[in-house]
Amino acid sequence: MSEYDLPDDETSDEPEELAPLLLPLDAWHRARGGRMVEFAGYMMPVQYEGIMAEHLWTREHAGLFDVSHMGQLLVSCEDGSPDAAEAALEAALPIDLKTLKLGGVRYSLLLDEHGGILDDLMVARWPGGFYLVVNGATKWDDIATLRDLLPDDVTLNHLEDRALLALQGPEAFAALERHVTGDFPLSVTTFMKGGRFRIAGTDAWISRSGYTGEDGFEISVPAEHAATVADLLCAEPEVRPIGLGARDSLRLEAGLPLYGHDLSPDTSPIEADLVFGINKRRREQGGFPGAERVQRELSDGVGRKRVGLVLEGRQAAREGADVFAGDQKVGALTSGGFSPSLQRPIAMAYVATASAAPGTTLTIDVRGKRLSAIVTAMPFVPHRYHR
Amino acid sequence: MTRYFSEDHEWIEIEGDPHALRGTVGITDYAQGQLGDITFVELPAEGATVGKGDSVSVVDSVKAASDVYTPVSGTVAEVNPALADEPELVNTQAETGGWLFRVTLSDPSELGSLMDETAYKAFVDGL
Repeated sequence: MSEYDLPDDETSDEPEELAPLLLPLDAWHRARGGRMVEFAGYMMPVQYEGIMAEHLWTREHAGLFDVSHMGQLLVSCEDGSPDAAEAALEAALPIDLKTLKLGGVRYSLLLDEHGGILDDLMVARWPGGFYLVVNGATKWDDIATLRDLLPDDVTLNHLEDRALLALQGPEAFAALERHVTGDFPLSVTTFMKGGRFRIAGTDAWISRSGYTGEDGFEISVPAEHAATVADLLCAEPEVRPIGLGARDSLRLEAGLPLYGHDLSPDTSPIEADLVFGINKRRREQGGFPGAERVQRELSDGVGRKRVGLVLEGRQAAREGADVFAGDQKVGALTSGGFSPSLQRPIAMAYVATASAAPGTTLTIDVRGKRLSAIVTAMPFVPHRYHR
Repeated sequence: MTRYFSEDHEWIEIEGDPHALRGTVGITDYAQGQLGDITFVELPAEGATVGKGDSVSVVDSVKAASDVYTPVSGTVAEVNPALADEPELVNTQAETGGWLFRVTLSDPSELGSLMDETAYKAFVDGL
């Protein structure tokens, strides 16, 4: 027996010679029976009791995820003026910051000059600047790219002394609210809004966002308080710790792309169906890296698109499997696995635009066998955000 | 009845008379624990000729697909019909009801290269 396509790094082409780093909650995960694997250069828990049980628990109750491997960055201006930081960030990202109010959170994309995707990220307007959360495996490259793009009077701080926890699921609000105090109640944070609160005696930035399709929160706290906060939340009857395995199956069901798999420098935002990550004013005005390609593809269309696939039967197809329309190869899978909620295999793929319409029947080659699959609008499992 | 184990975490239970040995093959309880929730099992064709070490079956879990190698050469006599509807039997009854296939041995001397239960237990403890 031997395994292939284990949960791997967010980028497969990066040499990983260095010993993996330990996250602030490393001992906490081990004490709770987390099975630790290397991911994005860190040792992280892939599961505790089992991926299926953790996945379903999150959909029904609330799951606590340690996502401290992700990069937390603060973009601010030395003289404290938000305008310079805002202009600088708009030149670097296709985001409209004029419509992003204090406490607002928005999904954005870091593009190269050719319009390829270098990373996807979250941008929030904080009182002192802009708070960015970027992927763990790409954070060092992102920091270098952003420092290149930002002028000297705009500072990019890597908040390496902070941990990031995600509490996700329909009971996340109830569990978190018991422990949070602040200038306003937690209930005023609706989807993609955040604010400063206190939890377990420490300051926290809490936003109502996540990567599961469920209602939930992302909680940034000083690293030295992470274990206290995690203990407090996991003591609630609604909350269990959840590993990377279920994080992946939850986001796949939610139709959310994973950088390094579904997104890469070889894919454009239009191909990836992430036009919403390029705000309307920026689409029209341009003025960000890759704008030329984005505008061209918006008017002329693209040759291939990221689509969802629901497979017949129980056998899953994995990343890299070729997709066919009849005898003709029309694309390949970028993610795939068994959906615990739907109890059937699902996948994401890039396929030729002619084969990308929902309802189209395609086949997937899995070790020489052709599995039948239907192009399906995503999310596979409806989002339940609290708007 | 005698049970042998491979370093690839398959078990084989041998029965029959010495001239027509038959083995029932599955993955070990240790292996299923490593794989996690099993969602699908691809089984070999009945009647197929297989060689020791060939990948003859694939076990799909939520996180990955894993090859299962036959620990002996021979002919596939039967596959476990229950796994089509209940692949989770490989989790819950890995070394009993979750067996994968039965094989008629063509070279019983191959059993000499496998481990007994005590040796396999020591092997797993050393991982």
